[in-house]
Amino acid sequence: MIWNETIECASREYLSELQSKRLRDCVSRVYHNVPYYRTRMQEAGILPGDIKTIEDIVKLPFTNKQDLRDNYPFGTFAVPTSEIVRIHASTGTTGKPTVVGRTRKDLSIWAECVARALTLSGVTKEDIVQVAYGYGLFTGGLGIHYGVENLGAAVVPASTGNTKKQIQLLQDFGTTAIACTPSYALYLADTIKDMGLDPKKDLKLRVGIFGAEPWTEEMRNEIENKLNIKAHDIYGLSEIMGPGVACDCDYQNGLHVCEDYFFPEILNPETGEPCKDGEVGELVFSSFIEGMPLLRYRTHDLSKIIPGQCQCGRTTRRIAKLMGRCDDMLIIRGVNVFPSQVESVLLSMPEATPHYMLTVDRKGLFDSLTIQVEIKEELYSDNVKDLENFQKKIKSNIESVLGISVIVQLKAPKSLPRFEEGKAKRVIDNRK
Amino acid sequence: MKIKQLCVFLENKVGRFKGVADILGKAGINMTAFSVADTSDFGILRVIVSEPEKSLQLLKEAGYAAGLTDVICIKCPNTAGSLAKVLDVLNEENVQIEYMYAFSMGNIAQVVIRPAEIQNCEKVLEKHGIELVSSDSLYSM
Repeated sequence: MIWNETIECASREYLSELQSKRLRDCVSRVYHNVPYYRTRMQEAGILPGDIKTIEDIVKLPFTNKQDLRDNYPFGTFAVPTSEIVRIHASTGTTGKPTVVGRTRKDLSIWAECVARALTLSGVTKEDIVQVAYGYGLFTGGLGIHYGVENLGAAVVPASTGNTKKQIQLLQDFGTTAIACTPSYALYLADTIKDMGLDPKKDLKLRVGIFGAEPWTEEMRNEIENKLNIKAHDIYGLSEIMGPGVACDCDYQNGLHVCEDYFFPEILNPETGEPCKDGEVGELVFSSFIEGMPLLRYRTHDLSKIIPGQCQCGRTTRRIAKLMGRCDDMLIIRGVNVFPSQVESVLLSMPEATPHYMLTVDRKGLFDSLTIQVEIKEELYSDNVKDLENFQKKIKSNIESVLGISVIVQLKAPKSLPRFEEGKAKRVIDNRK
Repeated sequence: MKIKQLCVFLENKVGRFKGVADILGKAGINMTAFSVADTSDFGILRVIVSEPEKSLQLLKEAGYAAGLTDVICIKCPNTAGSLAKVLDVLNEENVQIEYMYAFSMGNIAQVVIRPAEIQNCEKVLEKHGIELVSSDSLYSM
């Protein structure tokens, strides 16, 4: 099933034409209505008339998170506040929150994009969808919520937390699809097991739509096996819209972008130069919407454009599963390390668990990376040798992937933090 | 005669052993003997308890990584040179031992042995008339 064939299967010429038109319109609106954009464009010597086609987008200045903070709260809105019907904001743990304002039309665009994402995931109006993303200032809960309603499926607005209650609802309502963060999905799977339930027999879940944090293919396999579902990856960020910017289809080979509203570019994070298709770089999005369109917003997420057309029949471009964030990247003794690399290694080892923490320390001039991993209860042995061999195996597998030496510590089951609410924080950098 | 030994993964952290002792104590489970193998990061507690199955269940419920392993326990006189005699036998018969620990009461010493191959070790000990302690008597000691 395809939700909007006209757009999702359009010819590249048609899409490019549409993107050019929407970009021109968007640039003209922000130039005239948002002092911040007018100043930035004038500094760059660009006038709205210089932007004719979508290819001209590279002439435009970038927008950074800091720019949104500098214009806190409503300085980047492109419409009078009377036109705004919804305000969302980031938690602002690293500074002032980032605020976004949406018009009535924006909300319908969002619900359209989420309906496309749900359809990409195989959800239909027959499904019951439990939304276990946070409802509130965070875009996850409400974003998926209105998409489900738009699609015509039944939404269970469970929000986050209260895991036993969530499981009871899954069981009693015969919920068929769940939307939450992938780390919560794993937590849910473990709790289901602890309660003595078997997803195959006791639940009707068949699809999961997971996002809001980067996760690996190995984690996907683990979730699919544990919950007996097909796990889809949905991408979005509140600055651009929220969940629904892109989502993967049945083929699970990259996420189809709603390119008619959200234009992706992949750039070298250091130079800002465009990357070729297939080359990893920073994902940059422009949003062609009403309340707060953004031009070339630097997401700090790492991905690549997957070349070619998908077998599912859609013509929209695909971005690869997110590979982490530019800012998550740890530079340890001159080597770039992504937490997702460690996770991939752990998940490829049947005896390891996906519960881990990374700690970076500095002694003198020497940086060290400590990886704490929980052991699996069932693999427990009375032998020091077995555990030490296991520890060595993890160490050598991780070292061969990262290219630096690491310290591996084994931890008791369930001793590391779980991330029941919000996003997983698995890195502690003591060098800062 | 095989004995069920409880073993528990302990992180190198203050109060980890106390946690285990509390759980067993509250359930009225007695420890007859134990030893701790330690590395720089973690330790393994090996303990003979009055109710191995129940202990395992309680510890698992409390989130510990624990398991049961088969060991054997021998009896010998609590006198100089008597363990050496037993070890001579095992040595001659080429029985490999992973680890062992012992405790003595009055004139008798009991040695818990974790051999690499438990069946073979049992046979050898029987052949040479070395007395094995039954699980029932050890659990209730």
